[in-house]
Amino acid sequence: MSQLEIKDLHISIGDKPIVKGLNLTIKPGQVHAIMGPNGTGKSTLAKAIAGHPDYAITGGDVLLDGQSVLAMEPDERARAGLFLAFQYPSEIPGVSIANFLRAAVQARLAEGEELDATGYYKRLYAKMDLLKIDRKFTSRAVNDGFSGGEKKRCEILQMAMLEPKMALMDETDSGLDIDALRIVAEGVNSIRAAANPPGILLITHYQRLLDYIVPDHVHVMWDGRIVKSGDKSLALELEAKGYDWVKQELAPATA
Amino acid sequence: MAQISTPAPASVVGSFTREAFDAHLARVAHLPPWWLERQRAAYARFAATPMPPRTNEGWRFSNLSTLTLEGFNLPAPVRFDQLAHRELGVTGAGHLVFANNRLVASQPLDASTADAGIIFDTLQNALLKHGDLVKAHLLAQPSKLGSDKFAALHEAFLEDGAFIYVPKGVTATLPVGVFHYASGPGAAVFPHTLVIAEENSKVTVADFFRSDSQPSTLNPQLGERQFAVGGNDLYAGHGAQATYLAMQDWSRETLSFQFNATVARRDAKVLSLNLHAGARQARHESFSQLSAPGAHSEMLALTVAHGAQEFDQRTLQIHQAPNTSSNLLYKNALLDQAKTIFSGLIVVDPDAQKTDAYQSNRNLMLSDEAEANSLPGLEIQANDVRCTHGATSARIDREQEFYLESRGIRAAQAQELLVFGFFEEVLGRIEHQELHDRLTEIIREKFKT
Ligand SMILES: Nc1ncnc2c1ncn2[C@@H]1O[C@H](COP(=O)(O)OP(=O)(O)OP(=O)(O)O)[C@@H](O)[C@H]1O
Ligand SMILES: [Mg+2]
Repeated sequence: MSQLEIKDLHISIGDKPIVKGLNLTIKPGQVHAIMGPNGTGKSTLAKAIAGHPDYAITGGDVLLDGQSVLAMEPDERARAGLFLAFQYPSEIPGVSIANFLRAAVQARLAEGEELDATGYYKRLYAKMDLLKIDRKFTSRAVNDGFSGGEKKRCEILQMAMLEPKMALMDETDSGLDIDALRIVAEGVNSIRAAANPPGILLITHYQRLLDYIVPDHVHVMWDGRIVKSGDKSLALELEAKGYDWVKQELAPATA
Repeated sequence: MAQISTPAPASVVGSFTREAFDAHLARVAHLPPWWLERQRAAYARFAATPMPPRTNEGWRFSNLSTLTLEGFNLPAPVRFDQLAHRELGVTGAGHLVFANNRLVASQPLDASTADAGIIFDTLQNALLKHGDLVKAHLLAQPSKLGSDKFAALHEAFLEDGAFIYVPKGVTATLPVGVFHYASGPGAAVFPHTLVIAEENSKVTVADFFRSDSQPSTLNPQLGERQFAVGGNDLYAGHGAQATYLAMQDWSRETLSFQFNATVARRDAKVLSLNLHAGARQARHESFSQLSAPGAHSEMLALTVAHGAQEFDQRTLQIHQAPNTSSNLLYKNALLDQAKTIFSGLIVVDPDAQKTDAYQSNRNLMLSDEAEANSLPGLEIQANDVRCTHGATSARIDREQEFYLESRGIRAAQAQELLVFGFFEEVLGRIEHQELHDRLTEIIREKFKT
């Protein structure tokens, strides 16, 4: 069971500050939802934590189980237990899902240790069945020509296979039809029900997802900071009142 | 006033002296006189032809300073059991193994294949037993792409090679494998594979080129400095389907030349795929003739260039008859300070209406120091044709790289995966699983060194 601490984090793209002093602690097994208007820096936060080279951390720290991850390469962070389900997953023509996931699983083995191919495929097929992904997908190129919903399901498949300690899920619900949303949510819930469930940071625009994956905490992000936190009811309130409500509450403070 | 004159370029023979040639002739004295006559004529041409001058358009971008004929030798024989790398990795219908220009091992065709009339033998035996067939097809196409001198050298010193003949209507179900080894410091080899696929026949032939060298003490990864000038003739008769794969994996110090000449007759379908992995400097010239209506040629190549390797590829697609098609796709992955050159020309003769020709060179850059040069070209004399060509060079996609790394895949492995993804379009064309795996393995090896 692992803990993620984000401490006074500042992130810039080029010279432009995007995340401006963000604090958040995700305790072992907890689910935190972040909501906030477009362009407020949610994806920036998630990608920077995963180690994307375009994002410069200009202040603060990110700790996984007390260890700063900031000096680690993206692949080291992933092997340390971080997982990012992308808002816009990359398409990788010519690389099959099977080979890609195999490389990811292999990378987690000790040097010289060989992957047990039979066991790997067995596990892969079980997870695919759970997520109702056709087994034929294993030979398809990663995200290449996938529909929006297929891409998101494929992200969850990877999460299920790689068993992270901490998952950052960036709008995994957008682009999903009603059935797919339920399947994905069930997938996530089954991961949560496992012996050592990961902590989850759920970035979403829709309260609906939170009916399926019930969060422990809900945060509102605004202009690079968390400006409001609460429980699940905060999401309902946001849905009813819109972000203008948050803006008005903020007005005196920022004036 | 002193007269300024440019001296004629020296005609260099380097290690391939008259004495070396006489020694070669003495070893092949039992072969038919017409062939020995051709070898003598070829030697004379080689000796009289200067090294390619700087000004030769066919050598644009090539590093000429490293093209040397010095320091090589006609190597002594080796036995198969003396080779360090003996695993062939392919269990085709039959195979021939050559080392230092001589046959060292073979597995004849199984009885049923042989019964069908397929001939799979050494070139020497073919010269003795099937002289007319060899005469009609061996090195029958002119060298048109700039390497006249080296093509002549190949013809002069050609000692032995493989001969594959598939009679009318016969299908060779399993691929035929030909292995060419160079062994020992300075070894000069002249491999050759001649494939004749008669009317409505079907065959797959794979050539493997490999150095059997212990790593040199100076640089354990590079191996010995060797010299290879290889050739391949592929003739596909009416309606024949011929597939030719070549896997070039010479030592990283080798100077290599390889000449492919393909003739596709009416409705013939030829697919050739060259994998370029080895050598320090490798020049590959591929000449494809679509000589009768309905002929189709696929010209595919994959290159993994790393270190200071230079791969120089020159191609010519000639459409001589109406309704012919050709499709060229050369993909290069460049690492480190490697360099590639692609120069391709599509020629459409005046009466080759309805030609459909395509030519594409794609370069994937994995390093900022690597250099990819592309010179695509068209020469069209018919008016009702479809010809397209294109060349692209792209840096490896950072978002894709990050995506893979974000799954825990190490940077080097991520690059390898992306290179395989880039190559898949070509690799996917190989139907035979074992050959596919062999190719994959050679590519994978390159990411280990
Ligand atoms: N690579 C980049 N280069 C330049 N600007 C960027 C880059 N990535 C993000 N930005 C900018 O940073 C700001 C925050 O973007 P981000 O994607 O983090 O927003 P978000 O909160 O995830 O929005 P959404 O809800 O629309 O997904 C935006 O103004 C965006 O245009
Ligand atoms: Mg976003």
